[in-house]
Amino acid sequence: MDSDIEDFNSVASSDGFVEDGGSSFGGDDSDVQIDDDFGDDAAFETQEKDLKAKKKHFEVDFSVYSPQDIQDQQDKQVDEVAGLLEQPKESTAILLRYFRWNKERLIEQYMDNQEEVLSKAGLGQDMTTSPPRIEIKDDFMCDICCEDGPGLETFAMKCEHRFCTDCYRQYLAQKIKEEGEAARIKCPGDGCNSIVDSKSLDLMVTPDLTDRYHELLMRTYVDDKESLKWCPAPNCVYAVECGVKKRDLNRIVPTVTCDAKHGFCFGCTLADHQPCPCSLVKKWLKKCEDDSETANWISANTKECPKCGSTIEKNGGCNHMTCRKCRNEFCWMCMGLWSEHGTSWYNCNRYEEKSGTEARDSQAKSRQSLERYLHYYNRYANHEQSAKLDKDIFHKTEKKMTLLQSSSNMSWIEVQFLESASKALQQCRQTLKWTYAFAYYLARNNQTEIFEDNQKDLEMAVENLSEMFEKQPDQLAGLKVQMMDKTAYCNQRHIILLDDTAKNLKEENWQFNTTLS
Amino acid sequence: MSAPLPKRIIKETERLQNEPVPGISAEPHEENARYFDVWVDGPDGSCYEGGKFNLELFLPDDYPMCPPRIRFLTRIYHPNIDRLGRICLDVLKNNWSPALQIRTILLSIQALLGAPNPEDPLNEAVAKQWKENQPEAIKTAREWTQLYAQKK
Ligand SMILES: [Zn+2]
Ligand SMILES: [Zn+2]
Ligand SMILES: [Zn+2]
Ligand SMILES: [Zn+2]
Ligand SMILES: [Zn+2]
Ligand SMILES: [Zn+2]
Repeated sequence: MDSDIEDFNSVASSDGFVEDGGSSFGGDDSDVQIDDDFGDDAAFETQEKDLKAKKKHFEVDFSVYSPQDIQDQQDKQVDEVAGLLEQPKESTAILLRYFRWNKERLIEQYMDNQEEVLSKAGLGQDMTTSPPRIEIKDDFMCDICCEDGPGLETFAMKCEHRFCTDCYRQYLAQKIKEEGEAARIKCPGDGCNSIVDSKSLDLMVTPDLTDRYHELLMRTYVDDKESLKWCPAPNCVYAVECGVKKRDLNRIVPTVTCDAKHGFCFGCTLADHQPCPCSLVKKWLKKCEDDSETANWISANTKECPKCGSTIEKNGGCNHMTCRKCRNEFCWMCMGLWSEHGTSWYNCNRYEEKSGTEARDSQAKSRQSLERYLHYYNRYANHEQSAKLDKDIFHKTEKKMTLLQSSSNMSWIEVQFLESASKALQQCRQTLKWTYAFAYYLARNNQTEIFEDNQKDLEMAVENLSEMFEKQPDQLAGLKVQMMDKTAYCNQRHIILLDDTAKNLKEENWQFNTTLS
Repeated sequence: MSAPLPKRIIKETERLQNEPVPGISAEPHEENARYFDVWVDGPDGSCYEGGKFNLELFLPDDYPMCPPRIRFLTRIYHPNIDRLGRICLDVLKNNWSPALQIRTILLSIQALLGAPNPEDPLNEAVAKQWKENQPEAIKTAREWTQLYAQKK
């Protein structure tokens, strides 16, 4: 069981890009903490090895690269191809960028018609002979600024479109700074296709722009490759390489994690949205946006107690509500009695199709379709909101625990089980949220029941764990073992759900009531 | 009040007035030398023949690093010109070069009147008509020229 946790965390350890950067506990440490507790069981250890070897259905292969790795990759390819084409590195880099780093296509076409390839990429054939340099001219008028004084500093590439250096620099600055261009900046001459090479840029670009220019070149390199993507988390520097192609996206949800532990979908670069395929995510988000006004009231923070009608505010992630006035215990999601959830967790996750009689009336039908949507939206939004509330509570608890620690002799490592629990809650709710979008589009067949059971089991595990966070901090230390058990159970249910949905997606066993585009 | 006019703009303006392009006039406003009142004749043989079209042209601060802003004030039925008079022309966008000038841009616009391109439309409705029923589209363009453009 612990192996599952470990295995999973190494794949998708974050709920999205919302992860707090400089958290004082490392995510890995908390996993180790769990491992340590179960680790002396020999049976678990052998099982762990077996499971590690076998890839889960929801896992994809990927590699993470730092900016330096990306630079090295480019340099290596330039070196390689430069040798083959017998061209200087500057020209080779331009050629590779022109061919969007498709080495094979470049070499093939170059061998076929060298002259044509060079001119198409904006390279004069004799690029090698004389390096670009600034020239002082006396009888010259710059076509851009109309300066014509003696001793004017000018610059031109091989194409001989000559302008004063001030204008040339200003032009490059405009392209780099304002238009974000780098790899394919053309000569400022009208209609000229010559691309400004890196030697000319080194000469003409002011130092304050050099960094930006190189960053842009790097951006273009990654953007040009289908198998490479930048981590979408703000200010994250990592790129991820993954072999999953666009055409595979109806059968795989390629979830990857950068070295800063940002989990995201390689297909659409949104935050982790397993088990929902990218195209359904897109549809769902569009639908929610369109229907947001109707649905907004649902996600409000307050509801009325179904028994006495007094207003109850939801202040934690847990769905188990207790009315302060009448002590009625009910479920926030379905407003049903909580006692009935205890053993069977009755159909809180599943929308019961209304009987056909109502459907005959077309108006009732449209109302029913809205109701059906709201059913799923409600649960989707609820998990999103609960994840936030869980996180808030965790941070508050964390603070109180820190205070508690300094007054008692509990060691720091001992409260890391809270971090693990919080992380599990975030991940599981992220998945649960998307299971409802998935379910909205899912057509009923013999697979759906297993899916709903898995969803229900994970939901119950999550609510059980979430509920523990509402305990007073001084009680929490005593609940450590219990909480760790519940965390492990959540993670286990999580993997089971992800694996089952991913397997069936791969094998095309799901039927959807919409087309996957 | 404002920064002195760059040499480039002074020279261009002088040349526009001393060596005007046939069928095109561009007069800077007295109170703002970066704002031009432009008139372009519909090219002979086109469905805009016989009409004079009024445009406004403005040279932004970063001109000539950035293209001039320009739009039709006279209503015109054309697949690459929208209802607000904005023009879809490559040299006003991606293919702008600081070596281009007001006169070359105005010539390009005149050429666009002579050769509408419904494959790269800015005005979907007009472009659709142009592709599906060209004789009808050309008829409408002539009618609009009669109706809205000044007589040459
Ligand atoms: Zn100049
Ligand atoms: Zn050139
Ligand atoms: Zn990242
Ligand atoms: Zn996706
Ligand atoms: Zn009550
Ligand atoms: Zn319920």
